[in-house]
Amino acid sequence: MFRRSEQDKRPQVQIFVDGVAVAARQGDTVSAALLASGQDARRSTAVSGAPRLPYCMMGVCFDCLVTIDGVGNRQGCLVPVADGMQIEVQKGKREIGR
Amino acid sequence: MTVAPKREDYDVVVIGAGPAGLAAAATSAEAGLSTLLLDENVGPGGQVFRAISSTPVTERNLLGADYWGGADLVKSLGASGAEVIHRATVWSLDRNLDLAVSIGGASAFVKAKRVILATGALERPFPIPGWTLPGVMTAGAAQTMLKSSALVPDGRTVIAGQGPLLWLLAAQILRLGGRIDRILDTTERGNYFAALPHAFAFLTSPYFAKGLSMMREVKAKVQVVSGVTELAASGDGQLASVSYVGGGKRETIPADLLLLHQGVVPNVNLAMSAGVEHRWDDLQLCWSPVLDASGNSSVPGIAIAGDGAGIGGANAAVVRGRIAARAAVESLAPAVAARLPAMATLRADLAKAERGRVFLDTLFRPAPQFRIPSGDTIVCRCEEVTAKDVLDSVAIGATGPNQLKAYRRTGMGPCQGRLCGLTVTELMAQARAKTPQEIGYYRLRAPVKPITLAELASVPKSEADVKAVVRG
Repeated sequence: MFRRSEQDKRPQVQIFVDGVAVAARQGDTVSAALLASGQDARRSTAVSGAPRLPYCMMGVCFDCLVTIDGVGNRQGCLVPVADGMQIEVQKGKREIGR
Repeated sequence: MTVAPKREDYDVVVIGAGPAGLAAAATSAEAGLSTLLLDENVGPGGQVFRAISSTPVTERNLLGADYWGGADLVKSLGASGAEVIHRATVWSLDRNLDLAVSIGGASAFVKAKRVILATGALERPFPIPGWTLPGVMTAGAAQTMLKSSALVPDGRTVIAGQGPLLWLLAAQILRLGGRIDRILDTTERGNYFAALPHAFAFLTSPYFAKGLSMMREVKAKVQVVSGVTELAASGDGQLASVSYVGGGKRETIPADLLLLHQGVVPNVNLAMSAGVEHRWDDLQLCWSPVLDASGNSSVPGIAIAGDGAGIGGANAAVVRGRIAARAAVESLAPAVAARLPAMATLRADLAKAERGRVFLDTLFRPAPQFRIPSGDTIVCRCEEVTAKDVLDSVAIGATGPNQLKAYRRTGMGPCQGRLCGLTVTELMAQARAKTPQEIGYYRLRAPVKPITLAELASVPKSEADVKAVVRG
């Protein structure tokens, strides 16, 4: 859906998506890194389980909700990636205690 | 890294580090007022100057000269001495000018003598069939990724809608080597005639020449279908195709990515939750705050600058930020105000920056069928409520957006109405033969962005606070 332009000379950062190593770039948000990864990053909604991907990328729509380092319901479009970050595609509503 | 505000009290707190907020905070701090700028994003710039300090797209002609103007604002802010905190989400503002802000999972509280809201705009909802499918995004989303991560559309890409941003985005994608298969222009044919009386002001505005050359640049490379009157996305769990009617002809094309855009509207949530009076704007088709010529709202001490004050664009936002900050300086440090540019000069700058706006608003007024959906089209993305659900609720007695919450939970999901509020107001107004002003909007309350109960529970509290709510 998206690819990186040759303009991008930023250093790589390794993150893990559902346990799989993914190369992101320093300064990517979690959502941007997921969309650039080519992996299936579709979350499913809390109400009907419908698949969704980020819609607005600016903190408004909450369709980028994701579990980051064990904390659910984070807005992936507002969180920058960090080396070793553990990301889980969130299926359904946030679980109690995480 | 988590940094809490250094003080508990400030002369001026500015919320939002886009063009208006950057200009307002710099003006206020330069004048010697203690100034705190809070912003939700990783770095300064807001949407229009997104990632201005960090973009990997450093070849300057790719994003355009207007974008790089944002760097000067950031430089002025840096030199001004204002305290700046990013990744800070303001979740409460009240009439006493008490603010609550969430930073790194913990809340801090500050009090201001003046608050300047520069929370900007968001893209107007574009509720067509299938707009919740993965692969359907806003044009602004694609532009955010382009500016902050140099990402460009790769698969079969369709851009649909209308307005200046759509053409700017298309030009930027093409310059970075991205792919666009087709542009579907939804501008209503009748709008061209309606906008004609306002054309002179636009022809003499700086937007005209730039807009024209950008449209030429794009049209030379991409097939553009104009006069699109129907639009739908479909696919099974993922966008597969886009159907449209253009020039009376129906067509379906395969697509991996559909980027939607039909203008921007003020982001009203924080202002409304603070009790700022808003009115329905019949030209811009959105809620705009009631403001005086200095940007002061109906709540004493709260001013609004930038697109949150009514859509005016980046240049107008900068001037509005300076005007609101000058008004704050006049009231808190009148002796210093004389050193700032005169209010009359700033207002003349604003009039210049707003030149041609009525033309754009009239020409790019979105068509009713793209604002007011029907049938199974989702209105509220969070709670997955359709247009039919809303109309059924009206039929059994829901009178306005707030009653509708009890019937359908519209606007009660995490986005708090940001992506359904305008649609619900217009849909209910049409169904009940009322004006949007009569139908009204969701009553918004703090927290204006979701925070966890754990964060609320761990805010500092006195013994008296506890006694006030504990029995026995």
